[in-house]
Amino acid sequence: MGFDEREHEFTTVSGMPIERLYSGDDLGPGWNERERIGAPGEFPFTRGIHATMYRGRPWTMRQFAGFGTATETNRRFRYLLEQGQTGLSTAFDLPTLMGRDSDDALARGEVGREGVAIDTLADMELLFDGIPLDRVSTSMTINAPAAVLFAMYLAVAERQSVPLEALGGTLQNDILKEYIAQKEWIYPPRPSLRIITDLLAYAAAHVPRWNTISISGYHIREAGSTAVQELAFTLADGLAYVQAGLDAGLDVDTFAPRLSFFFNSHNDFFEEIAKMRAARRMWAHFLRERFGAQNPRSWMLRFHTQTAGCSLTAQQPYNNIVRVTIQALAGVLGGTQSLHTDSYDEALALPSDEAVTIALRTQQILAEESGVTSTVDPLGGSYFVEALTDRMEREALEYIRRIDAMGGMIAAIEAGFPQKEIADASYRYQREVDEGRKTIVGVNRYRSASETPPALLRIGEETEREQLERLEQVKRRRDPAHVRTTLERLARAGEDRTNLIPPMLEAVRAYATVGEVCQALVPVFGTYQETSVL
Amino acid sequence: MSEPRRLRLLVGKVGLDGHDRGVKIIARAFRDAGFEVIYTGLHQSPEVVVETAIQEDVDAISLSILSGAHNYLFPRVLALLRERGAADIAVFGGGIIPEEDIPALQAAGVVAIFTPGSSTSEIVDWVRANVLPRTID
Repeated sequence: MGFDEREHEFTTVSGMPIERLYSGDDLGPGWNERERIGAPGEFPFTRGIHATMYRGRPWTMRQFAGFGTATETNRRFRYLLEQGQTGLSTAFDLPTLMGRDSDDALARGEVGREGVAIDTLADMELLFDGIPLDRVSTSMTINAPAAVLFAMYLAVAERQSVPLEALGGTLQNDILKEYIAQKEWIYPPRPSLRIITDLLAYAAAHVPRWNTISISGYHIREAGSTAVQELAFTLADGLAYVQAGLDAGLDVDTFAPRLSFFFNSHNDFFEEIAKMRAARRMWAHFLRERFGAQNPRSWMLRFHTQTAGCSLTAQQPYNNIVRVTIQALAGVLGGTQSLHTDSYDEALALPSDEAVTIALRTQQILAEESGVTSTVDPLGGSYFVEALTDRMEREALEYIRRIDAMGGMIAAIEAGFPQKEIADASYRYQREVDEGRKTIVGVNRYRSASETPPALLRIGEETEREQLERLEQVKRRRDPAHVRTTLERLARAGEDRTNLIPPMLEAVRAYATVGEVCQALVPVFGTYQETSVL
Repeated sequence: MSEPRRLRLLVGKVGLDGHDRGVKIIARAFRDAGFEVIYTGLHQSPEVVVETAIQEDVDAISLSILSGAHNYLFPRVLALLRERGAADIAVFGGGIIPEEDIPALQAAGVVAIFTPGSSTSEIVDWVRANVLPRTID
């Protein structure tokens, strides 16, 4: 009895088939609870990395912010802290992300647009003015020039007399996903990996509480990948970083505990939860078995979640508040350590104060009203969720096997493999949307005739001018001979293969610009040109 | 001449914006629609885009801008085309572009702007209806 089914096949947003009903049979004959999911806080951490999870401490609510000048972003930071946010997250503008100064020819029109413009330590001092760095944790979304911005952050701490051991935060510093998805690079992959291993070694010795790489699936998913691809390529990037650390002579247990992850949370609720649970289990096995890590903290996959920017619609933008709520709930039930909820107006512009506040309130409602934090991993043992988790793992392991066979992720990137897989998935999905096989409410179904657009944040033209003036002032005030000496020392460290972080710190203290520091290493490392994969 | 030649379109990313999901979808959709597509790759200056468009003798330039720099980059490309005597190359594009910016961009000479949620078929149909092969000589 009952209705005929509406579709021949039900699939997730990524195209993974979903059955009518799941039972114990879907877990396979060998499914062993202790081995497959264990207890929370224990290997393989499928149910979460802590025994008490949110009963102990809720996730960190971390809204990504940055626009205009350092002074404007500093104001937004202070506003968010006053509103009860518990960590800072910095968005940099495109020139900074590319390691270029605000006065670079290609920076025209981009200064302060998508994030805050940072040229020298003077900007960084303004950015964190009045914010005690020993009492906040700061995440910095920066990759190609990550080491330079990290050095600037350390220099600000010195000026605030905060000891480096007291600093907590996260550097995204994930260059591999740049070649795969986000496309903000300077040097080719191999020298970029060397900068990263230098940073791993330096932080392990001097800034022990710092999360050195946030291995990011977020951008891979935004670029159009499926959930399985996001899982597989992100973990494969992680494996490449661990291998690079070992090849540089580091002991895995000195740096692996400081690696963290960053996943996307898209619309398909259970698929996202399964992805996050599978990621924890896979990473634990890789670290223990492939790399022989002994420290349980090396096995633990800690992660940040951001709701899917690419799922937001410009049409009927208030619907995005609902999408974000569902996605955020998936992140929470997936066991995230920190969360960014997107603002409803982000398909239109950078978020307004009002929109950011609703996004933060969404997290507060989930944490304090919904009751989902009262027990650990409430979905554990669900036939559907466990079967989906197993399937995610199986399919992602198959991708990783193929990448290993190519010689690892760097070789796979050089061959254009993940780029092509993502482009294919992204085109497939767009066709499904265009043909109405996948629904986007307000876009290809349930359209409204007229809409009142919300008030948007505008970045004025004066930002670029102000930033250029400040950069010029800093250049006039600094000691040019000293800047030159520090940059030469940095280039020499590049050639000598000694650790790059101390000379970088010298250069930023002398107020060398981000662009100057990055360019100093170009003669040694070269630049990257992508072979476009369509 | 018997057959009219196929439309030649330059599909480009200008400035430092690395978001290439949309541009790649558009490039494939144009190719599947039977147009000839020249893709610039990422991080191109307006000068390079215009130079390529002229060298490749395209009928139109299609730019994808998600960085917020559209108010600078579109007019810059149009100005360079005029300087080079190639103002008959149509310029259109898309990206995260607020409604309120569109009239000024159109006044500057951008023929069409497609905002998020536009379907590829809608864009392809627009090109078929509005972009004509340029008459040469």
